[in-house]
Amino acid sequence: MRLMRSWVRARVEPFFLEVGRFFVLLWRVVAWTPRPPYDFRQLTNQMVRIGVDSIPVVLLTALFTGGVMALQTFATLKRFNAEGYVGSLVAISMVRELAPVLSALILAGRCGSAMGAELGTMRVTEQIDALEVLATDPVHYLMVPRVWASTLMLPALVVLSNGVGIAGGYAVSVGLFGANPVTYMANTFQFMDWDDVTSGLIKSAVFGLLIAVVGCQKGFFTTGGAEGVGRSTTRAVVLASITILVSDFFLTKLLY
Amino acid sequence: MAAARPVQIRLRGVVKSFGEKRVLAGLDLDVHEGESLVVIGGSGTGKSVLLKHMIGLLAPDAGTVEVDGVQLSELDYRAITTFRRRFGMAFQEGALFDSMTVWENVAFPLRRAGWPRDRIAARVAECLELVHLDGAERKLPAQLSGGMRRRVGFARAIALEPRILLFDEPTTGLDPVIKAVIDGVIIDLRRSLGSTTVTISHDMKSTFRIADRVGMLHEGKIIAIGTPDEIRSCPDGRVQQFIEGRAEGPLSD
Repeated sequence: MRLMRSWVRARVEPFFLEVGRFFVLLWRVVAWTPRPPYDFRQLTNQMVRIGVDSIPVVLLTALFTGGVMALQTFATLKRFNAEGYVGSLVAISMVRELAPVLSALILAGRCGSAMGAELGTMRVTEQIDALEVLATDPVHYLMVPRVWASTLMLPALVVLSNGVGIAGGYAVSVGLFGANPVTYMANTFQFMDWDDVTSGLIKSAVFGLLIAVVGCQKGFFTTGGAEGVGRSTTRAVVLASITILVSDFFLTKLLY
Repeated sequence: MAAARPVQIRLRGVVKSFGEKRVLAGLDLDVHEGESLVVIGGSGTGKSVLLKHMIGLLAPDAGTVEVDGVQLSELDYRAITTFRRRFGMAFQEGALFDSMTVWENVAFPLRRAGWPRDRIAARVAECLELVHLDGAERKLPAQLSGGMRRRVGFARAIALEPRILLFDEPTTGLDPVIKAVIDGVIIDLRRSLGSTTVTISHDMKSTFRIADRVGMLHEGKIIAIGTPDEIRSCPDGRVQQFIEGRAEGPLSD
């Protein structure tokens, strides 16, 4: 009984504390968003850092993912004499699943960690206290632009990586396996419809939101100097990645 | 004479614990309008915690904090954000926004308060002049010395002409000359703004330079409070040990 109580205190309580903080912060972001002053410079800065600066690495990932999908599906479908469907398979997998999830994981590593580190440093050097003292709500000033930038930019990145992923599959199929370019392209769009694309984009918007809220949350509640900042950074990435993968399952179930 | 002035900040029975550690243990304190109160006490006795209660950065576990007759606990997080405009707070290491230049740091509260551009420029120049830092506008915090960073922090704190100024260990870790400069700046600021000032310090020389009244914090309570002369002649052994800086005495037991 005693053991259970200490286990609850050590494991269960922190879990609910984190979940509670997540929703409180999310709510505050929503509540502060329509309130002036509007800081468009902060928003565009964050959109550049999160969106534009992530383009190379996200596209590189998409290119090779599309390529490897073609390699794998070609090898599998050949056994059923169905090589003609490689294009459909690559395109639908990319658009529905791989582009949103992989781009989100990369963004979690690139930007979730940066948010954890930046806000964590601001916390331990009292810059967040200073914001509050200067009559500026830190959620309003720091989190609102980051959360919106991330929520808007991840779907934009996914649109690009959809295209590049399909191009990667095309390059492998046509270049390596000698598929007919015209039939491959026709096949790519044969079975795909808009719902596939939009479901992927909705998912990626949710992932973008998760990455930013989790990253900022970790930074926000940092304690314990430089070591604490390191811990927050790591946790921001790990927690964001896990929530992306778990929520992906439920979102897919919901949107299917 | 200080007692005749109305009370601006009133703390009653303030208790605050962090985990098992009880930092404030039923603390009572009145800060009068326009006075300069210095709170002294050893490191880790909760002086900064006390200051953060006055401005509502921390909420007490028990007891009340009242500023200008308003209970801080009754304000929600949006109301307290605006309420804080009447405060200026200078942090220990300055707590400057390190991605912004000196100019942007000082302009920050003015921009947030929605001042027009030309007024911001004039006010920033004025504030930087008050702390003798005109000419450093374009520098980044990382390029400044510790004393300069703190003075920029002062300039930022006074930008909106607050009626209450809080200084968290303004001279800790600085050399004696810079300490004297900082004390001079604090005295000048008080004279030009006429604000109530609460300073946290464990530096006795600075304390006696800037204080109208001195209070000593020990084990979560104010154990002695009075004018510098009253504190100097306070019969309490703990106060005497602290202001004389002796290694032996009731504080070390």
